Order: sequence, then C-alpha cells, then structure tokens
Amino acid sequence: MSANEAEQFERIVLPHLDAAYNLSRWLAGNDHDAEDIAQEACVRAFRFIGGHRGGDARAWLLAIVRNTAFSWLKKNRPAMVVSIDDDALAEIEDQNVAAHSAFSADKKVLRAALESLPLEFREAIVLRELEGLSYKEIAEVAEVPVGTVMSRLARARRQLQNHFARKEGEK
Amino acid sequence: MNCTEIRKLLNALVDGELDLVRNLEVEQHLKTCAACAAIKKSLQSLGAALRKSDLNFRAPDSLRKDLRQFVGDLSEEKKPREKSDLPWLWKFLAFGATAFALLAIFLRPAGISEHDAFLNEIIASHVRSLQAEHLTYVVSSDQHTVKPWFDGKIDFAPDVKDFAAQGFPLVGGRLDYLQGRNVAALVYRHNKHFINVFVWPTEKESSPEQVEMVHGYSIIEHTANGLNYCFISDLNEKELADLAGLFGN
Repeated sequence: MSANEAEQFERIVLPHLDAAYNLSRWLAGNDHDAEDIAQEACVRAFRFIGGHRGGDARAWLLAIVRNTAFSWLKKNRPAMVVSIDDDALAEIEDQNVAAHSAFSADKKVLRAALESLPLEFREAIVLRELEGLSYKEIAEVAEVPVGTVMSRLARARRQLQNHFARKEGEK
Repeated sequence: MNCTEIRKLLNALVDGELDLVRNLEVEQHLKTCAACAAIKKSLQSLGAALRKSDLNFRAPDSLRKDLRQFVGDLSEEKKPREKSDLPWLWKFLAFGATAFALLAIFLRPAGISEHDAFLNEIIASHVRSLQAEHLTYVVSSDQHTVKPWFDGKIDFAPDVKDFAAQGFPLVGGRLDYLQGRNVAALVYRHNKHFINVFVWPTEKESSPEQVEMVHGYSIIEHTANGLNYCFISDLNEKELADLAGLFGN
C-alpha cells in the first residue's frame, strides 16, 4: 500500500517538480520561500495522491502549488497578497495604447518586468507563456472562470507593454 | 466589430484560443486596420520574447532529494516499528502486542472471512497506535484544534467532539490507513483506557450498531450520515457503547 503510494509519487508528482518549483518561485519571489512552498505543495500532493484520477498530472499538481502558495503567502508574507479587482482597472489600462512592437529577449529585463506584475497577473503569464497551459487549464489551476483568465492575461500583457514603453521613454 | 471589440479578442487570437468564426472576423479586421494590427504584432513579439528567454526556474536537486527521503520515511512509518529510545519494558510489551495481533491475523484458520480480516486490521491498527508516539499526531483535547488538523489530509470532514463531561475526554487525532484508504482516527480516553475511533466515508445506508468481542477487544461498528465509525478499546462492551452512543447524537 504505502510502497505503492511512494511509487505513485515518483510517477505522478516528481516528473513535474520543475514546473511546481517554477510556479512557486515566480509567486514567492525568492529561492528560500519558493522551496518551502514547493515542498509543502508536494507533501500535500502526496497526501492527496489517491485523489488524482488520471487527467493531466501537471495541471493537477500546479493547482495544489497555487493553493499552497497563496495560503503560505497570506500567512507569511501578507503584504504580497493584495487581491486584485478583476475588472475595475481594465478600462483605464485599455485606454493606454502602447505601440511597442519589438521586445528583445533580454532575460534580465523581462524577469524584472514580470516581477513587477501583481501576483494574479504574474501567475497567468507564467502559466500561459512559461508552462504553456491552455486558458481552460489556467482557469482550473487559478480557480477562476475562463473569462477572468482572458482578462487577466490581457491586462498583464498591457502592463508589460506599458512597462517597456516607460523604459523606452526613460532612455 | 469595431476596434474596441476587436482589441478585446486580440489576446485570445495570439493564444490560439478563439473559435473559428471569430478568428476569421478578427483576421479580416486586421487586414484593414493598421492600429489593431500593430497591437497584435506587439502582443506576438512580447509572447515570443517571454518564451525565448528561458525564464523558467528549475527545482534544486536538494528539493527532489528531500522529497524522496520524506516519502520514503512516511512509507516506513506506516509499518510497525520499534523505537530504540523506548524503555525496554514498553518495547517488550509493544512487541508482544504487535506479535499477538500479527499472530491473530496470520494464524487464523483458512477461509478467513472478509469481515474477520477487517476486524483484525482494526485490532492491528489499535495495537500499533498504542505503541509510543504513534497514538496521536495532533495532541489536543480541543475539538477546534483536532478538526481543522484533518483538513487537507483526508477528503471528508469527521465530526470531532470532546466528551470530557461524559467521561470520555478527547486526546487527539491522527491519520491512519484501513481497507486501502486513509481514515481519520480520533483518540479518546476513559479512565486509563484508550479508545480509537476510526472514521471514513461510505455510500452505504445508515446501519445499526454491531458489537463484537475479538481477542479481548471490544469493537463497535456503525454507519451514520454517510460515515462509517469503528470504535475499539479494551474497555468492556458497555462502556464502549456509551461512547458510541454519544456519536449517534
């Protein structure tokens, strides 16, 4: 029985450990907290392993990481978790059209830009662009409707575009 | 569609999440609207830059190692074990009790029924739980501490109540494993006797109490509100039934 659970853990959870850590790290903002969160999430995944009914193991694990991260941050880094209002600012951002069209693949600059985003926006971008999840999968991981995923991604990208437009202006 | 409506769909377009009809509509618009086309190009460029830049963090090897260690230890923990720091008498008793329970399981006549096997599993769990440090993982007489402790560990919510006033103080709880699934084990005390109450969900209808004496242990089973309860102790049947009765209310 338990040997079986250990085997399931090896087969279902560990192959996606990099993805789990990547999401923890982007949400936590530093290595130390990210390790705590990823570890706690994987321990939870182990306890819930019987609850994994086939399906995509990575999305399943990322949902656990997401939940763990948000409750961990709420408890240990409450200042980081300022919940966003999913619609209030949409109009304002939309009016500000940036025409920046050539983003360089500069790791440092992009990383800083991504880190400047609110938690839920950063999460949407990480799940979409870095993990390649579909809108539906992101919706499941973040526990929001697909429409909210769509608007978060749009607003996150708008903020990134504005971030670069501002940098451009400073030069 | 006007530009405002089109722009709301551009993200879904570059993400390949638009349905065919709207996809065509948006593409059609982009052919004639340079401003919207520029925004689409900008979004594509941003996405490409993010994906190309290798922004993913990789899990440190130490994390993988720690997790394997942890899972390995947990698997070990579920087996009967002896602790080297136990006093020898306690160790002797624990060994005797475990051996007795194991004998009870393995040396029964052939043709052992499923229910007998279940009772033996309950006894083995009870005996093992009485070995040092295994009885409770969350030690508290406060039901408000014990109940939330189970959250996230099991997929159901056992009813946790302290019955100190009725002579059965709550000692704590732990996670146990019965019948191939995780179960909640609540631990109560009556005078100097410990009682394990195993709780797990079932789809069966409520069923009345079933009382049994096996190898000197009293065992009471009943089903209520979608949960199986199994009480076990070396108390006499009547006293154990008193506790079981409290759960019925």
